[in-house]
This record gives sequence, structure tokens and C-alpha cells, in this order.
Amino acid sequence: MNITKVAKAGTLESNDILIMVMPNDSGDVELELESIVMKQFGEVIRNVILNKVQEMGIEGITIKAQDKGALDYTIGARVETAIKRAI
Amino acid sequence: MNKLRRSMLFMPGNNPGMLQDAAILGADSIILDLEDAVSLTEKDSARILVREAIKTIDYSQVEVVVRVNPLDTEFGAPDVDMIARVKPDTLLIPKADEEEIKLVDKMLNAIEKEEGFEAGSVKIMALVETAIGLENVYNIIKASKRVVGVLLGGEDLTSDLGIKRTKEGEEIFYARNKVATACRALKVDSIDTPFTDTNDYEGLERDTAKAKSLGLTGKAAINPRQIDVIHSVFAPTEAELKQAMRILAAMKEAEKEGKGVFSLDGKMVDAPVINRAKTTVGLGQRLGLI
Repeated sequence: MNITKVAKAGTLESNDILIMVMPNDSGDVELELESIVMKQFGEVIRNVILNKVQEMGIEGITIKAQDKGALDYTIGARVETAIKRAI
Repeated sequence: MNKLRRSMLFMPGNNPGMLQDAAILGADSIILDLEDAVSLTEKDSARILVREAIKTIDYSQVEVVVRVNPLDTEFGAPDVDMIARVKPDTLLIPKADEEEIKLVDKMLNAIEKEEGFEAGSVKIMALVETAIGLENVYNIIKASKRVVGVLLGGEDLTSDLGIKRTKEGEEIFYARNKVATACRALKVDSIDTPFTDTNDYEGLERDTAKAKSLGLTGKAAINPRQIDVIHSVFAPTEAELKQAMRILAAMKEAEKEGKGVFSLDGKMVDAPVINRAKTTVGLGQRLGLI
């Protein structure tokens, strides 16, 4: 499934993550991630985001994520919200 | 799970940090709020975040209550449908009336069947905060076997009544009596409205003591700093516990002698006094005081 518009979810407050999603024409899943804990958890955060996108069956999506120390459950919830808003 | 409901702490449903901390703040129950604490544009986001929080975070030491949006808004039914599927302990239904409680009960019956949950396992607490709801509180509790308590919402109620809300709370005297009596009659918990000045601990103590003296069994909190004061008011004092235990000991002696009514320190002790003593000792035991 593809998304049709740009959408955001989350905030830049601590323990949260701001996710912005937009459609792209490549058909791929592209992710730009910034995090205050990039060195320690960058890879984990990346996997949580990509797993959620895959679980929801979304292709052709560009994701910009600004993480402020969110736990996995928050990351998953914000990605899901952003995608649902963009469909 | 701790079944006491001395304190019920409201936590905003769209704040990840607060949802993470909610379990360890010492409240008996936490109310994850999807209604007033969440702006209209973030209802979808908070609903998903609260669902994920309940699935992920260990809330085993507290009762997890979710305040959904009113059923007559576009958000209420989706809230119930999504949240009930991760099995919170209780749903708090705002602006409760009989019809609304029956509707939620019906939705929960269907969801529990679909998800394979035990029938009746998700409980309901009614938030009574309208004049019509207050006058109907007995029937609201009777509307579903799931109803485990009533939370009195003083702010919305006084707004509905068109009267001023004060710190002294005389304007909700009738409402507190009415809720406490109906809840006692139907053996469910009655939770008092929160005290909104979070810096006034003496005021909070007086307000909680007033609620307790009218028969309410717990109090809502809007800040974790309020929990200790609320618990200290609802805990029986050492003197109350001692006296209650003396009454029960004297009762056993009287039973041996075949007496229904007896006297202790020159005062008559009969069934109501004994029942009160049993309640006090029971609470003391649950709190680990004896």
C-alpha cells in the first residue's frame, strides 16, 4: 500500500519522537534519522521504524525522524499514527 | 493487582514520558486520559500511544483505567474499540448516563468475545459530572455489572449547574452525599473529584478528609505529589485500628457468651459498630498496618 500525502505525528519533547512521512516515487522505504542517542541506539530505532512500516505493508515512503529519547512503544505508535494520517 | 482505590491519578494520554512513569508513582489506580488532556487534533495519536503503552509497560502493580472520550463524540466509540482490545482493567466513561453505560457494556461484550477474553473482565467506572447523571447515579451503577465505581467530577458538574466551584466545596456537598450513598448501597467504590490547587497540601488534606467523612472511598489526583496526602487521610489511624481490634475481640467474647449486643467502655456495641470495625481492620490489613 502507498501513502498519498505528507503527514506528521509526535513531538520534540523528551521521551518522544517526531515522525514526518511523505510519498516518494521510487517505491522504496527511505529513512532519515536524527537522535540524541544515535551512537547508543541508532540501529535499534532504525529497526523499530522500518519494522513498523513493513508490518503496515507500506512502500514508496520517505520518513524523517527526530528522536528525543523515545522508547520502542512510542516510536512504533508515532510511525503508525503518521502513516494512518498520510493514507 | 492492588484492589484498593484510595487514589486515582490522571495522566495525559499523549505524553510518552508520563505514561512510562505512571506505574511507579504510588497511586492505587492510574487514569490514562484520552479526553480533556488531549487536544482534538491529537485524539488519534493518543489512542495509539496509550494502546502501545498498555501492551508494553508493566502496569501490574496498579489498576490501569483509561478515560475514553464521550460516546456522543466521534472519538468515543473508536477509543473503546481500540483500547478494550489490549485489556485495560477499567474504562472510565465521561458524562455517564444509563444509555452510555449500556452501550459500552454491549461493545465490551462483543470485543471480549472476539478477542477471547473472559466475559466481563474489562470493568467500567462511571464519571458522574452532569446534573442528570447525578440524579440518576443509582441507575447508572445498575446499568451494567461491570460498573465498579463512580468518580464524581466536580468541575464539570458545577459548570453544568451554573454555580461557582470553590475550594471549600460546599456547593458539591449534596453531590458527594448522593454519590457516596448510591455507591455504598450497591457496594461499589466512590471516588471524589480532584483538588485542583496542586500546591495547597493543607487544602488537599481538608478536602480529602471532608470527602472521607461523607463516605467517599477514594479521591482522584491530578499530580503525583497529591498521592501521599490522599493515602494518609484514607489510612486508618493507629487509635482507630486499636479500637476496632478491641471491638472485634470483645465481639468474640460476647459470641461465646451468646450475646448479640454488648458494651465496651460503657458504650453499646451492635451490628453497625461491628461492621465499621471490620471495615477498619480489613483496610489496615490490606495496607499492611497490622
